[in-house]
Amino acid sequence: MSEPILKIDKISLAFGGVKALTDVSFEVPRGSVFSIIGPNGAGKTSMLNCISGRYKPNSGSITFNNQNVTHLRPNDRADLGMGRTFQNLALFGHMSVLDNIMVGRHHLLKNNWISGPLYWASKAQKEELEHRRYVEEVIDFLEISHIRKSVAGTLSYGLRKRVELARAMALNPQLILLDEPMAGMNLEEKEDMARYILDLNEEFGITVVMIEHDMGVVMDISHQVMVLDFGKKLIAGLPDEVMANEHVKRAYLGVEDDAELEEVS
Amino acid sequence: MSSLTMRPCGDFRTSYAQDNTIFETKTIRMMAILSVLVLCAAPLFLDSYFISIFIQMSYLGIAALGLNILVGYTGQISLGHGAFFGFGAFASAWLNISMGIPVFLCIPLAGFLTMAVGMMFGMPAARIKGLYLAIATLAAQFIIEDFFARAEWFSGGSSGSMAEPINLFGFAFDTDESFYYIALFAFVVMFIWGCNLMRSRDGRAFVAVRDHYLSAEIMGVKLNKYRLLSFGISSFYAGIGGALYAHYLGYVSAEGFTIFMSIQFLAMIIIGGLGSIKGTMMGVIFMVLLPEVLSGGVGMMQETEWGNIPMVVDGLAYIKEMAIGLVIIMFLIFEPEGLAHRWKQIKNYWKFYPFAY
Ligand SMILES: Nc1ncnc2c1ncn2[C@@H]1O[C@H](COP(=O)(O)OP(=O)(O)OP(=O)(O)O)[C@@H](O)[C@H]1O
Ligand SMILES: [Mg+2]
Repeated sequence: MSEPILKIDKISLAFGGVKALTDVSFEVPRGSVFSIIGPNGAGKTSMLNCISGRYKPNSGSITFNNQNVTHLRPNDRADLGMGRTFQNLALFGHMSVLDNIMVGRHHLLKNNWISGPLYWASKAQKEELEHRRYVEEVIDFLEISHIRKSVAGTLSYGLRKRVELARAMALNPQLILLDEPMAGMNLEEKEDMARYILDLNEEFGITVVMIEHDMGVVMDISHQVMVLDFGKKLIAGLPDEVMANEHVKRAYLGVEDDAELEEVS
Repeated sequence: MSSLTMRPCGDFRTSYAQDNTIFETKTIRMMAILSVLVLCAAPLFLDSYFISIFIQMSYLGIAALGLNILVGYTGQISLGHGAFFGFGAFASAWLNISMGIPVFLCIPLAGFLTMAVGMMFGMPAARIKGLYLAIATLAAQFIIEDFFARAEWFSGGSSGSMAEPINLFGFAFDTDESFYYIALFAFVVMFIWGCNLMRSRDGRAFVAVRDHYLSAEIMGVKLNKYRLLSFGISSFYAGIGGALYAHYLGYVSAEGFTIFMSIQFLAMIIIGGLGSIKGTMMGVIFMVLLPEVLSGGVGMMQETEWGNIPMVVDGLAYIKEMAIGLVIIMFLIFEPEGLAHRWKQIKNYWKFYPFAY
């Protein structure tokens, strides 16, 4: 395989006395679906926040596309091709779905506060409409065209998650970070979401780093799985390998879950 | 700006351009164009009292729209908008008198100067929010007022400063009727500017920063840039409004640009609707007409025998301000989303009539 798209090297992060992450290192191969699992409070979201730039790790480095991004601001990382969704929904509540997704095009658009308002006289209208076309493709892909004019804050939970995914995809990312994309969804919605994730990985060639609690989905769609526990990396590898690991069984799945585990694998 | 929900049946868009217009339907656009045309003809059939009210609405409206971009669309706060309005007024007069720049150029230049000043005072916005930002902008209000009083070279000190009328190709716009067209032109340009801003990249970024600044940043929006730019654009609008005011009155003095004016601008956008361009217009119309209607009412009272109470007549100024305060409070309690929201509900009601919900 080629050079990994993302290299995490000895990341540590503490909030006061709470050690959210301790010396975590891993690599995400380009073009893969990489899942992070672990019990509640294990530091999964903190890891994602370090990658996307919301948190600054206390030590360690993050290399994205061979570039050290550890000290870049989140918006600079977006420019470089990193998109993400949030565990607790973070849409722009008063904007339409369409405008939400158009914000994803922000770093690709060039019109500004002078040329934008000159709309017809500058190239702004042409540019906006070109990007609109791309956004409509994403909307079709995620099958949300019926709600494109709805105000984001009024949508159901499942739809909002989908709009968040659309917004992240509109960035044209090479790497997309998904924080529990299926939490709180029913089976049907989960199946849809799993299909979208697979398709965006295969058709759009986007590398996926995903946090998910649903082991069935994780086993089905991941190329690699990493387990975090109390801020430390327990193991990373192929899904089957990880599941077979004794530590994982004990720390994450609980010994009683053995029967269920066999069913899954 | 357009929303699918309020379109008549059978109105399908076949291109993205059609789907991204300022006006929701062709009818509304026709009505907007028609009302501008009617406004163009207004001096022919309205006397100069009404014309002067229209002029007032346009320069205040431009400044209020600027404040709405800052407060309503970007979610920040400013208690110094009145001072920026004043700065634009003095700056335009000063550019004209001391540099000899023709007035019609001074007005946009004053806008840019005010923008620079606004961004300077908006700098804390990159770091602080809410109440703290309100206090910082309040400081800006007082510092600028103080500057007007001290910088005689700029403002003419206590005697104020003269502002020449606009002069284009030898024609001086020095009457209400002629200036009216300048004001109308500026109003239409600045409002279209605002509409287009809000449907292009930077306008969306403002709203994104307001709705969820953390995810805006993750989506590639530079927070500090947009927080500052919002102050800049809002001051730009205030500066243009102020400059128009100066060259309309022909004379600028510092007394008017107080905290009370800043609050009046805030009242306009709160009453009209935060984050709504249509609402800004409604709020301005409301706030300009309110004192006129009040004085008209008191005037009529005076004419009746029993209503000619000296206390009421003398206290008119206080009654006006109290009434304005009362109206703002009533709006905050009963109509916190502003006139624009109420308007939408009325429209909805008619659209679905007789199927009331
Ligand atoms: N901003 C913060 N301030 C203080 N402590 C924090 C902060 N963010 C996370 N933590 C702490 O860091 C630890 C890891 O939290 P994190 O949100 O990363 O867990 P998680 O694995 O995503 O859990 P979950 O499955 O519940 O989402 C927790 O103990 C949490 O309380
Ligand atoms: Mg989490």
